[in-house]
Amino acid sequence: MKKITTPLTMDVIEDLEAGDEVYINGKIYTMRDEAHKRIAEMITNKQKLPFDLKNQVVYYCGPTPAKDGHIIGSCGPTTSSRMDKYTPLLLKNGLKGMIGKGERSVEVKDAIKKYKAVYFSALGGLGALYADNIKQAKVIAFPELGPEAIYELEVEDFYAIVINDAHGNDYYVMNQYN
Amino acid sequence: MRIIQEKQIIDTVAKLAIDANYYLPYDVVAVIKEFAKKERNKKAKNGLFKIIENYKKAKKGIYPLCQDTGIAVVFVEIGNNVCINGDIYRAINKGIEIGYEKGYLRKSTTEPLKRKNFGTNTPAIIHLEVVPGSKIKISLMTKGAGAENKSNIKMFTPTEDIEEIIQFVIDTVKNAGASACPPYIIGVGIGGNFETAPLLAKKALLRNIKDFNKNKEIANLEKLLLKRINELKIGAFGFGGDTTAIAVKVETMPCHIASLPVAVNIQCHSARHKTIII
Repeated sequence: MKKITTPLTMDVIEDLEAGDEVYINGKIYTMRDEAHKRIAEMITNKQKLPFDLKNQVVYYCGPTPAKDGHIIGSCGPTTSSRMDKYTPLLLKNGLKGMIGKGERSVEVKDAIKKYKAVYFSALGGLGALYADNIKQAKVIAFPELGPEAIYELEVEDFYAIVINDAHGNDYYVMNQYN
Repeated sequence: MRIIQEKQIIDTVAKLAIDANYYLPYDVVAVIKEFAKKERNKKAKNGLFKIIENYKKAKKGIYPLCQDTGIAVVFVEIGNNVCINGDIYRAINKGIEIGYEKGYLRKSTTEPLKRKNFGTNTPAIIHLEVVPGSKIKISLMTKGAGAENKSNIKMFTPTEDIEEIIQFVIDTVKNAGASACPPYIIGVGIGGNFETAPLLAKKALLRNIKDFNKNKEIANLEKLLLKRINELKIGAFGFGGDTTAIAVKVETMPCHIASLPVAVNIQCHSARHKTIII
């Protein structure tokens, strides 16, 4: 088990290998379909982004509402492939990590290798468990999107597995054919 | 004629919406435990046991099992001796709206093209069926998009070999891969037409996870499909191993002489549904 902290440094990224189990600590940013679309448009139009992508990690997640006295609701990962068409652009602009679930496109895998980034899978369908790992949550952009707004999350020992590492390895492929 | 008030349906549906999202059915929990014990891949085994932990955490009532609390699919069997004092569709949707609000559940229904979220998780998808009797049976299934997006239908020609149908089911699961939250429960609908085959596949997911189809031939097909799907080695969470699916449910119905529709509805491991009979 490797304990890592965001923002990700090149040393950490180089050290991570497909299949590594990690505990992620620090700030991560939730982004789903619509937020990706908007961020991609902002990049294309050279507008200032709601957060600096440089070395950051995004989490494909749309939580349930928090009950009174709680930080967040259920908050597991959503399917990553829906974000594939925007991911290479984000990686080109400094993003270094993504947390989601499921396979990525060839273009995304190539971009992960090219820009030296890493793709993690969280455990899909375990949103109640992940709530314990969120220490702070605040909406920093697009509040009108409700669960699809961008949340800045402070996470502690957030469990994930490296699927695509910066060296071009893919844990899903390694698994199914070994 | 038995009269049932609209309010009773609203309250029942609201309760179903909350309960389905916080309590994983016992039969599902039991089968996941069995597979977890047998699993040989360490990471997958760990993940399978975490499903049980997640179930225990969710049933305390603070956090739903999954953040995708689904679009609500409601199956209603209404007795022909029942008279509803009110509008059943309005009652169900009101129940969903109340349940999703009170239960702190995510509202996921949206206008399809403009993508405007309605904020109520309505309208629900409602299937009404009239049956003999004086009761109403309401089953609510909270269906996440991850697994629904990977579901599929194919219109086969009638002379197609059964092996082709098996391959279609397997290819559909293969295509879902790690994306739709394996281990899966696979619902298969064979026969009917373009709208009923998927409905059969979906209804099959309401069956007890441990049962087999009463028709022996179809039961054997279910066992064969489960074996073949688990040979894919996608595994729990896509981490490899023995547990790509934990059950396959096949339902059939008659179809046109020129037709053979086959639908595959994928269900994620968080197989949330609940039934109440009024």
